[in-house]
Amino acid sequence: MLCERCNERPATVHYTEIVNGHKTNTHLCEICAGQVQAGGFGFMPQINLPNILAGLLSQAPSAQQYATKTRQETSCPTCGTTESVFTQKGLLGCGDCYRHFQDRLGPIMRRIHGSSSHVGKVPERTGGRAKVIKQIKEMKEYLKQAVSREEFEQAAQLRDKIRQLEQQLSGGEHNDY
Amino acid sequence: MTIKETVNSAKSGWMKGDGPDGDILISCRVRVARNLKGYAFPHLLDQEKAEQVIYAVQLASENQAIRSQVGDLETTRMSELSPVERQILVEKHLISPNLLEEYGKKAVALRDDEVISIMINEEDHLRIQCLLPGLQLEKAWALVDQIDDGLENTLDYAFSEKFGYLTACPTNVGTGMRASVMLHLPGLVLVDQVGAVLAMISKLGFAVRGLYGEGTEALGNLFQLSNQVTMGHTEEEIINSLNSVTGQILTQEREARKALLQQRKDQLEDKVGRSYGLLKYAHMISSEEAMRRLSDVRMGVDLRLITGPTTEQLTELMVMTRQAYLMNQQENSLNSLQLDILRAQTIRNKLNQGG
Repeated sequence: MLCERCNERPATVHYTEIVNGHKTNTHLCEICAGQVQAGGFGFMPQINLPNILAGLLSQAPSAQQYATKTRQETSCPTCGTTESVFTQKGLLGCGDCYRHFQDRLGPIMRRIHGSSSHVGKVPERTGGRAKVIKQIKEMKEYLKQAVSREEFEQAAQLRDKIRQLEQQLSGGEHNDY
Repeated sequence: MTIKETVNSAKSGWMKGDGPDGDILISCRVRVARNLKGYAFPHLLDQEKAEQVIYAVQLASENQAIRSQVGDLETTRMSELSPVERQILVEKHLISPNLLEEYGKKAVALRDDEVISIMINEEDHLRIQCLLPGLQLEKAWALVDQIDDGLENTLDYAFSEKFGYLTACPTNVGTGMRASVMLHLPGLVLVDQVGAVLAMISKLGFAVRGLYGEGTEALGNLFQLSNQVTMGHTEEEIINSLNSVTGQILTQEREARKALLQQRKDQLEDKVGRSYGLLKYAHMISSEEAMRRLSDVRMGVDLRLITGPTTEQLTELMVMTRQAYLMNQQENSLNSLQLDILRAQTIRNKLNQGG
């Protein structure tokens, strides 16, 4: 018997599949069987990210979109990137685009990352408010732990530090985009 | 070591076979994306601005804090290298294929052991990466973190309180971090379980792809696993979850190998022995077959079915038998037949030297 797939080599792999009582027999040579099997591994092919992003963006409705039917396309005042350029390329043009397209990006972020706000590392020198906010967050976590361990003296110290940091925060400049 | 020496040697810091879990886990990598404040992202930069970014990063990477903590980083503009040399850097995983396009605007800063590289003007102004053998993600992250702090001493990063580190593509924003591991999974492939395992992994928010292979092909049973989400989790959380998922796969692969040894020992020994013999004596071999045979032999060595080559030698051969590396060893350009002959010769030399 010749292999059903290539019709060249003798069939040495015989494969029977029964689906809902319906039986199919497949006769393949070793080489073709290997290839058929390899095809079944099914791991992800390389996907085209910009296309997917573009799809996400065109689905994300904005308040503006609802307000006016003939919406004018806006562009980033710093680099000139427009929404449609971003939609095509899947790339923003500069850091300021994040501020400019903030409303549109929020829903996309949630879809990609399941979150739209950063936790984690903050630049040491230029972190500014973000650095202080992160410190407060960490201290509050320590405070909780200290209270649960009934270490009230330490908790009081932490509370004072948190207050101090919060004051520092309300006095500082705002850069919260 | 200069960059020319780097491209001429197949060895790289990440190839040492003695890393933790080195029998399955070939290497691990952590990279972060960073951009400079006040500059458009690389795809919008003209030549002059791109050069300014390269120069700024070069100066920052030469500052005293970085040199004393992580050592010297040598910056090379892509335009200083030949096309084949650039391709070798890709084959060694030191740069990404992106750096080959519009290479006049791009550069790389490398430490001489090739563990640390900073790509300049890739999709983002900086891609700081650390590549280590075996499973050492924490150590890789610690190094990247240190370099990042060192660079930030003099560079102003584009950072927002809300979105974190700003990147050209919103898929990288937040921590800007991508952590990955390169896994050799011949056992799972042989027991036909790799598809199921990898499908499960991708449901957990990790991306899996075949290494070196085009599209869906996984050449040499090598797979790369990396985090997809970069925002809403801290760097440490991302690394911890990749570590635990990797741990699961390592267990599965070891189980598969154990089952194969118990139930299919003869077939396994035959497969490994045939591949070893073929590599030792073949006169010509394609790149695809070389990868497949090297994978068999590597598994044979890991399972102590054969002795002789070291895992380090085998990993090195996986790079040495790639096209650009071979091309660079010859002055004249080669056709595919000549390449296959040279590849077989390279493998014979290496394996016979190892015993």
